[in-house]
Amino acid sequence: MSQLVLDKLKERFGTAILETHSQFGDDTAVVDPQEWKNVSAFLRHDPALDFDLPVDLCGVDYPDRVPRMEVVMHLYSISMRHRVRLKARVGDEDMAGAELESVTSIWPGMNWLEREVFDMSGVRFRGHPDLRRILMYPEFEGHPLQRTYAADRTQPLVAYRTEAEAGMPIHKLEPFGPDEGMPFGRVRPSRPEERD
Amino acid sequence: MGDMTRSLTLEGNEQGFATTRVDALLGWARKYSLFMYPFVTACCGMEFMALTSPRFDLARFGAEAPRFSPRQSDLLWVVGTISQRQAPVLKRIYEQMMEPKWVFAFGTCAATGGFYDNYTTVPGIDKIIPTDVYIPGCPPRPEAVLDGLMLLQDKIARNERRPGVVKPRFDPVQNAAGLVKLRRSATDARDLVPALQQRERDNDGARPGGMR
Repeated sequence: MSQLVLDKLKERFGTAILETHSQFGDDTAVVDPQEWKNVSAFLRHDPALDFDLPVDLCGVDYPDRVPRMEVVMHLYSISMRHRVRLKARVGDEDMAGAELESVTSIWPGMNWLEREVFDMSGVRFRGHPDLRRILMYPEFEGHPLQRTYAADRTQPLVAYRTEAEAGMPIHKLEPFGPDEGMPFGRVRPSRPEERD
Repeated sequence: MGDMTRSLTLEGNEQGFATTRVDALLGWARKYSLFMYPFVTACCGMEFMALTSPRFDLARFGAEAPRFSPRQSDLLWVVGTISQRQAPVLKRIYEQMMEPKWVFAFGTCAATGGFYDNYTTVPGIDKIIPTDVYIPGCPPRPEAVLDGLMLLQDKIARNERRPGVVKPRFDPVQNAAGLVKLRRSATDARDLVPALQQRERDNDGARPGGMR
């Protein structure tokens, strides 16, 4: 439907559009990370494109690829009623060079989305006004949506109680007596003397 | 605790005397005036709202009055998932409450972390604060919560601080084939669901690698 968008992008940026495809009515363009902001500005300001709604931004980690992290941006144009998906691939195996130019100056709404991608995936955005973690706490180390983040690694803010402190097994093996939790008010067969 | 379980009976005689013990009398008084502090964080809150509606009538247990200051409440209801980021808040709320105080873990997430087995969720509030009654369920039915409340009243009357758990009326352990086993490194859904394995065995050879 909006093949127009991809055509205009290819016409304007040429080889900086690394690949394009259209599937199920969705058009995707993979762009050179160096041109990320220029492509964004073009999409926003060209009157025939007019992408005024930044829908989403996220990072996708492909640990067996180089570049490894794919940043995906979804855009929609309220006036023209078309959408496009923009991708940029950044970062080597150790996430070195995982950087993009911030597009916050083009869509102010991208501010928190870029913070989220930074927080979850570890992509840095040059020129972002306030690149802090947004979901995780400042003490958190690493980026949980990178595939190299161990699935069972937690970083508690409050030290867990020890079993000595709790006076019982914390892992709920047998903290409860065999009769504990039975609906109260029934007399346990083993202890008829409980009857009031 | 021995015969303290029977101590709630006030033994009167014809002259109008009643004898009891001070701790039993205190326990009896406390168990019918539980002022709650709802720490509601997630979807279990919907069930909590249903529970506090007139239909289930929490007032008959003397536990209906919410106090939105931890300093004025006795019973902390932890309703919903607790993330690592909320953990310091929860701990601080608990520490602000006056003794004696009790804690409910309402729902599977509060009790064990539920299926949020990941970097962001506390695997059960008992990792942070002492918990008196665990009410499993996703969300628990109001009847289960009322069971838990009565269990807590029983514990208060007996001056008993060991944790209690509300047992489900239908115990899934009795029907192990229906249990879904959670595992991190699962590559095949058939490893997870015994019922699927069984079905696979039943149709042995029909579709060797396939899953419907």
